[in-house]
Amino acid sequence: MSPAAIMLSMTVNGEPVQVAAPPHWTLLEVLRYRLDLIGSKQGCDKGDCGACTVQIDGVPQLACLTLAIHAEGRAVTTVEGLGLLAGGVHPLQDAFDRHTAAQCGFCTPGILLSAEALLRKRGREVTRAEVCEALAGNLCRCTGYTKIIDAVVDASRVMAGANSQEAGRGE
Amino acid sequence: MASDDAEREATGDGIGEVIAGDEASEQAERDRASWQLGKSHRKVDAMERMRGVTRYTDDLKLPGMLHAKILRSPHAHARIKSIDSAAALAMPGVFAVVTGQDFKIPYGIIPWTPDENALAVDKVCHVGDGLAAIAAVDEDTANAALRAIVVEYDVLKPYFDPEEALKVRDREGTINPYSRKGNVSKHVLLEFGDIDAELQRADLVIEGDYFFEGTTHGAIEPHCALAHVDGAGVLTVWSATQVSHYLHRELAKVLELPAHKIRVIQPPLGGAFGGKSEPFDLEFVVAKLAMKTGRPVKLLYTREEVFYAHRGRHPMKMKHRTGFTKDGGLLGVDARTILDGGAYSSFGLVTTYYSGQLMCAPYVFPAYRFDSTRAYTNKPACGPKRGHGSVQPRFAMEIQLDKAAAALGLDPIELRRRNAIKAGEKTVNEFTVGSSGFLECLEKVERSSGWIEKRRDLPFGRGIGIAGSTYISGTNYPIYPNEMPQAAVQICLDRSGRARVFSGANDIGQGSNTMLAVIVSEELGIPLEDIRVLSADTDLCPVDLGAYSSRITLMVGNACLEGAQRLRRKVCASVAKRWGIPRQRVTLAGRMAIDREDPSRHVDSAQAFQWAEADHGLLGETGSYNTPKDRHGEYRGGTIGASPAYSFTAHVAEVEVDAETGLVEVKTIWIAHDCGKALSRKIVEGQIEGSTYMGFGEALMERHAVDPAHRGVHVGPSFLDYRMPTFLDTPDLEAMIVEAPDANGPYGAKEAGEGPLHSSIPAIANAIYDAVGVRLDRLPFTPQTVLAALRQREEKERAGQLAPHKPAAQTSRRSA
Repeated sequence: MSPAAIMLSMTVNGEPVQVAAPPHWTLLEVLRYRLDLIGSKQGCDKGDCGACTVQIDGVPQLACLTLAIHAEGRAVTTVEGLGLLAGGVHPLQDAFDRHTAAQCGFCTPGILLSAEALLRKRGREVTRAEVCEALAGNLCRCTGYTKIIDAVVDASRVMAGANSQEAGRGE
Repeated sequence: MASDDAEREATGDGIGEVIAGDEASEQAERDRASWQLGKSHRKVDAMERMRGVTRYTDDLKLPGMLHAKILRSPHAHARIKSIDSAAALAMPGVFAVVTGQDFKIPYGIIPWTPDENALAVDKVCHVGDGLAAIAAVDEDTANAALRAIVVEYDVLKPYFDPEEALKVRDREGTINPYSRKGNVSKHVLLEFGDIDAELQRADLVIEGDYFFEGTTHGAIEPHCALAHVDGAGVLTVWSATQVSHYLHRELAKVLELPAHKIRVIQPPLGGAFGGKSEPFDLEFVVAKLAMKTGRPVKLLYTREEVFYAHRGRHPMKMKHRTGFTKDGGLLGVDARTILDGGAYSSFGLVTTYYSGQLMCAPYVFPAYRFDSTRAYTNKPACGPKRGHGSVQPRFAMEIQLDKAAAALGLDPIELRRRNAIKAGEKTVNEFTVGSSGFLECLEKVERSSGWIEKRRDLPFGRGIGIAGSTYISGTNYPIYPNEMPQAAVQICLDRSGRARVFSGANDIGQGSNTMLAVIVSEELGIPLEDIRVLSADTDLCPVDLGAYSSRITLMVGNACLEGAQRLRRKVCASVAKRWGIPRQRVTLAGRMAIDREDPSRHVDSAQAFQWAEADHGLLGETGSYNTPKDRHGEYRGGTIGASPAYSFTAHVAEVEVDAETGLVEVKTIWIAHDCGKALSRKIVEGQIEGSTYMGFGEALMERHAVDPAHRGVHVGPSFLDYRMPTFLDTPDLEAMIVEAPDANGPYGAKEAGEGPLHSSIPAIANAIYDAVGVRLDRLPFTPQTVLAALRQREEKERAGQLAPHKPAAQTSRRSA
C-alpha cells in the first residue's frame, strides 16, 4: 500500500490549493489525479517527451520528473491557466488554431507552456530558430513541427503588436 | 440530378419541383463556387484540446475506478508451466487477477489469422508478451501485486533472425502457437507478364540488396483503455483505438458477449499512425476485470509497454532486379522479400501482399514478379505503420531507378517522367488508376527546389535527390468479407439552423471530424461552428470501419456528401417553393439561403431549415458509400492493393553530408502530393508535412530492434533511445498540394495521410548519393553507416576502380 499522504500547499493557475498526496508522487500525478487538471499529459513518465511540461514560477518544467513536494509554496501554471494569463484565449492558442498547429493535440499543452515562456521572456517577435531552440524538449509526432513554428512566430508578432499599442496608449 | 424523376426521388415528395429547373440553372448549381472547399479552417475540436479541456482516454475517471497492470514475460520464448497468483490476490487493495485461462478464444485483426490471445495461454512468444493482469486500487498496488505473482517458465530457444526461423520444422521451434506451417506466417508469389524474358532483353539490369530496419509509431499518447459494466449489463469500453468497429467485433468474440451488449467509444486520441489499428491486450483485460470486479477498470500502457506492443513497420530484406531499355524505359521488376513479422500475424497477411502489390504505380512496366515471405520471430509483432508494407519496397524501387538514371546518363526526374502511368491506365497487376497528378508533382518539386541548377552546381558534400510514390485511398474491401457499405453517415438539421453529424469514423488527430463538418458546411451553407460532429461511439453512430489505409476522406466523405446533398435538395426545394422559383436557383452559403439570380432575396438558414422541416418532417438523412468492384483483377490476391483512387507524391531532398563525421543534414525537403482535391488546406498540408517528417525520422535516426545478445529485450524502449526528430532536427518542409480530382472521391478528393511518407526516404538516400557518391542500402543513415560507405568508396577510388565523385568542385573535397 502507498505511504501515508502528506499535505501540500501551492498556487495552481493563480488559485491557492491544498492537496493531500503520497510523498513520492510527482507533480504530474498530483495535477492529474488529485486536482483533475488533466490538460498536462503523461506521454512517457520519464522526461523524454515534454508532454507534461508545466511552468513553476514561470519556468517550464517537466512535471513527471518533479516531485510534488518540490512545488510546495510555488506558483504552478498548467495549460488550463493559459487563458487566464490573457483574459480568455491566449494569442498562442488562437495562433495554433488559425495555423492548424494542433493535429492530435496531445503534445500541444506542453508546447504551449514552453512557447509562452519564450514569448514572455523575449517580449518581441521571435525567429524560427529561437522557437526551435526553446521547444527542442517537446516532441510532436503529428505535425512535423512546421505549423507549430508558424503559429508561435505569428503569436509573437501579434503580442508584440498588442504591446506596442498598449505602450502607445500609455503615453 | 439531371432528370425530374431523379429530383422527385431525391426530395421524396415532389415539393419544390413544381417549377422545373432549366439547363442554365442546373449547370449553375453544378458549377457553383465553393464557399468552404480548399480554404483553411479552424478544426472543430482543436481549441478544447489546446485549453486542456478535452478528455483523452487516460483523462477519464469513473467513481470506484480500479487500475490494472499486465505482467509481461522476461523471456523471448518460453512455455508457461504455472502461474501462482495467490499471494498477489491476498494483498490489500487487489481486487482480481486474470490470466490466459480467462482468454482461451484467440483473435486477430485479419479473420484468416486469429493467432493471438489477449493474455498468453500456453507459451510466451516475445519479451513483453502479457500473461497475467491485476486490478487494484491504484497503479502502485497493481505493480506490487504483479511482482508477487509467481510464474514458472520452461525457457525455449528463441529465434530473432527471420531466415533462421523459417528453417525450423519441429513443433518446439515453431513460435506462434497457432501456426500450422512452422514459422512461415505468410507467403505470396505473384507474377504478371514474362519477367524473365523482359530482363533478358533489357539493355540494363540493376540488381540491389536492401534492408529496411524496423521502426515504430511513437505516438505521444500511450495506449489506454477503460471498461465499465453498467446496471443493465452493458459493457462500455473506452479505448484509444483507430478501429472501434473491429474492436467491437473482437471483444464480442473473445469475451463471448453479444455485440449489442458492448459499447465501444473512442475518446479523442493522441496520435496513432497505425499503432492502434487492431485490438490490444489491455482492451480485453480491462473488460474482463470490469466484468469480474463489477467496477470500472482502467489501464494505461507505460512507454516501455508501447514499444513492446509495437505492431510497427516490418523489417524487410529485399532483393530487386529491375530491367531498363537504354532510353530509361522500365521493362520489369523482379523482387524477393523476407519480412520479419514478430510473434503474431497482426495485419501481416496484408503486409505481405502490399510488399509487392503497391509497387505497380506511379510507373508503368510490362512485367512483374514478387516473392514475399513473412516469418514469425520471437519479437514484438509487426503490423501497419503509416504507409503499411509499401514504404520499404518503395525505398528499394526508387534507388534502383536512381542507379539506372546514373548508369544511363539520364536525369532522374526525366527517367520517372518517361515511365509515368497515365490517368485511367491499368497497372501491370491489374489495378485501375483513376486520376493522376504525378507529372505535375514532379514538375512542382523540380521547379521549387531549383533541381536543374543544383544538380549542375552543388559541390561535393552537397546533393539533391528525387523519388516518387503512390498510395491507396482506402482498401477496396473491408477486413471481414461482407457486402454492406464501408461507410455511412447520419446528418440531422435543427430549427436553429444547425447540424449534427453522426459518424463511426475515428478521428485520430488527422482531422476527420473537421472534414465531415466542411462537407456539411459546403452543402448546407452553415459555418463550421454551427455543426457538431459526434463520432466513434458504437451506440450513437453508424458502423465505420475505422482510420486505416487512408480511407476516411474518400469513403466517409462520400457517405457524408450523399447525406448532405439529400438534405440540401430538401432545404432548397422548400425555399424555392415559397419563392416560386426552380430549386436549382436556390443556393446555400454564409448562413443563408439565397436566390442565385437575385441575391438580394435571401433568408437565414434557421428559417430555411424550419420551412424544410415543415414540408418534409424531421430533417434527418443518411448517406452510405461502397467501393466500385471493377478496379482490380480476378486472380487470388488481386483485391489486396485495389483502391477506389490512388494518390501520388514526389519528394526532392537537399542534403549536406560531412565527409569527416558522416553526419547527414537534410536542409530542405520539397514535397508535391496529389490529393485529388484539398477539402481543407492546412489540414492536408499538415498531413503532407507530418508524413514527410516521419519518413525523415526513419531515414536518419529511428531504429526499433531487439538485442539477441541480451535475450531479445528491446534495444531502447524509450523516447530517449528511440530517436524521433525534435524541433532542432527536422528540416524545412515545403508542402505543395497538387489536385488531380478523382471521379471516385468526394469533390474529387483522395488521401493525404500516408502517401506523402513513402518517397521522403529514398529522396534522402538519392540526395546522399548525389552529395558524396555513396549508395546507402540500409536504414537508418547513421554517421557510422555513412562513414563506412565513404571509406569503401575512397578505397575504390584509390584503386582506380571508381572515378572521384564530383571532382569538378572548386572547393576541396573535404569541405563541409
